[in-house]
Amino acid sequence: MKSLVAVLTVLAAIIAFWYAACVPMNIKGVLDQAERAGIEVTPATAKERRDRGEIGLVVNNTFAIGETWVQERPRLPAPHQVAVELWETTVEKKITSKRSLIYHGEVTLSATLLGFAIGTGLGILLAVGIVHSRVMDMSVMPWAIVSQTIPIIALAPMIIVVLYSIGVQGIIPKAVISAYLSFFPVVVGMVKGLRAPDAMQLDLLKTYNANTNQGFWKLRLPSSMPYLFASLKIGIAASLVGAIVGELPTGAVAGLGARLLAGSYYGQTVQIWSALFAAAILAAALVALLGLIEKLVLNRMGVRA
Amino acid sequence: MNMEPTTQAIRPEAAASAPVPANCVIEARNLDLTFQTNDGPVHALKDVSLEISKGDFVSFIGPSGCGKTTFLRCIAALETPTGGSLSVNGMTPDEARRNRAYGYVFQAAGLYPWRTISKNIKLPLEIMGYSKAEQEKRVNQVLELVELSGFGGKFPWQLSGGMQQRASIARALAFDADILLMDEPFGALDEIVRDHLNEQLLKLWARTNKTIGFVTHSIPEAVYLSTKIVVMSPRPGRIHDVIDSTLPKERPLDIRDSPEFIEIAHRVREGLRAGHGDD
Repeated sequence: MKSLVAVLTVLAAIIAFWYAACVPMNIKGVLDQAERAGIEVTPATAKERRDRGEIGLVVNNTFAIGETWVQERPRLPAPHQVAVELWETTVEKKITSKRSLIYHGEVTLSATLLGFAIGTGLGILLAVGIVHSRVMDMSVMPWAIVSQTIPIIALAPMIIVVLYSIGVQGIIPKAVISAYLSFFPVVVGMVKGLRAPDAMQLDLLKTYNANTNQGFWKLRLPSSMPYLFASLKIGIAASLVGAIVGELPTGAVAGLGARLLAGSYYGQTVQIWSALFAAAILAAALVALLGLIEKLVLNRMGVRA
Repeated sequence: MNMEPTTQAIRPEAAASAPVPANCVIEARNLDLTFQTNDGPVHALKDVSLEISKGDFVSFIGPSGCGKTTFLRCIAALETPTGGSLSVNGMTPDEARRNRAYGYVFQAAGLYPWRTISKNIKLPLEIMGYSKAEQEKRVNQVLELVELSGFGGKFPWQLSGGMQQRASIARALAFDADILLMDEPFGALDEIVRDHLNEQLLKLWARTNKTIGFVTHSIPEAVYLSTKIVVMSPRPGRIHDVIDSTLPKERPLDIRDSPEFIEIAHRVREGLRAGHGDD
């Protein structure tokens, strides 16, 4: 109960801050509209208002505050505008509609999941190689780290162009970008996890004359599970970002990234924000789903709840 | 050694692989081990010679750095000596390891938290390729030996520290190697639990006729348990004294108040003090 109050207080504070931020952000637009409608504003002309501070404008024109929250194309849409747009484009629209966020979300989600599967598989394979081979440790790990220092926004168009030139398009290029972002946390987490057993555990297996294979399946892999799940949660969020970024440079017509792009072309800030929220909600749902699977797996492994 | 009939049940094939030199299971001759560290060489073992006969309970006692654990690890082929010779069951330690000649108990129980007690005990059996039925049979036998019957389905965290250590002993006994190497197995437990486990260990030893190598810091523990006490001294690690116990094989806990016990403990203490004095 106490924690619920705390959670709601934080939520209320964020929303209050958001509403408050809308006022100075949108005041100039509101005042321009009011001036055109013949309402008296101070200062009277857009030219005079241009260099004035937003806070000062709000203080001088308090009548306009209410208007800042209901603009058609605000700089910063108010929370309820985003919520209404989200509701209309998810619940009220048919899923088959090109304006349905469910439709766009599904397009992005399929690329995300494919990329996540590729990235996770690749990450686990690399980690197994790195843990068992010193040569791989020294030759692969630095490249894995370097790969993450390149901004994905710079790399994504190249990946798409190169793949297109060899005839690959559609979901695959997006999934490749997703995989590129999600394999790294899995590699790092799995290497750490597979190396988690201490010297005593390894000595014990040695006294049984266990081979490398048995050591992997009976000790290293089970030990790595908590690390794997921590990595997967980071990885799936990175996958979603990758899929969205993959939709930006192609001018894709479907997907949350395409929704963001179309919104910014036409100055539809409400649409941008609702697509952003849809992406955030999707990511949260995916992470929560992984958390649930983690709980089930670790429970089965007898880890104390 | 007078074996009780019950021991026959759990050790069907052990007698077949008897060592060549009659009765001598572990033989060390002028064993040397020097570790190369960043601070220069460390002489962990120097000129260690010792014979352990079948059925012996041998304790290694001495201050930290005297090489008692290192010697045990040499027997287990977890360390490689740099000089001298060491044979286990007439083989090199590494051959003995590959033949699964010994069970090793570490200071920490080291049970896998994701396996139940039964599954933990099955670990070596799975690795060694025992059949499912045989695994089941052996788990029940060793659980009974360490008085943990009925706890097979529990996870390690549901057991006390003493019970966990008993489970780890059961795990070392499961594949029925005739040597049991124990590296301060009760070091982390309180005195009352330790007394109880010592008593149980003696019973278990009497029932199974294992050869046991036991590293300890505790003089009463060493004297109470052993047929042979090896007093070691540090820098370089070497054997200071080997005491053959005159105590009878049947040892109730209150034997520790007998004059004989006190005399042996006194000799061990003298040995430890002398070992300390000359460095």
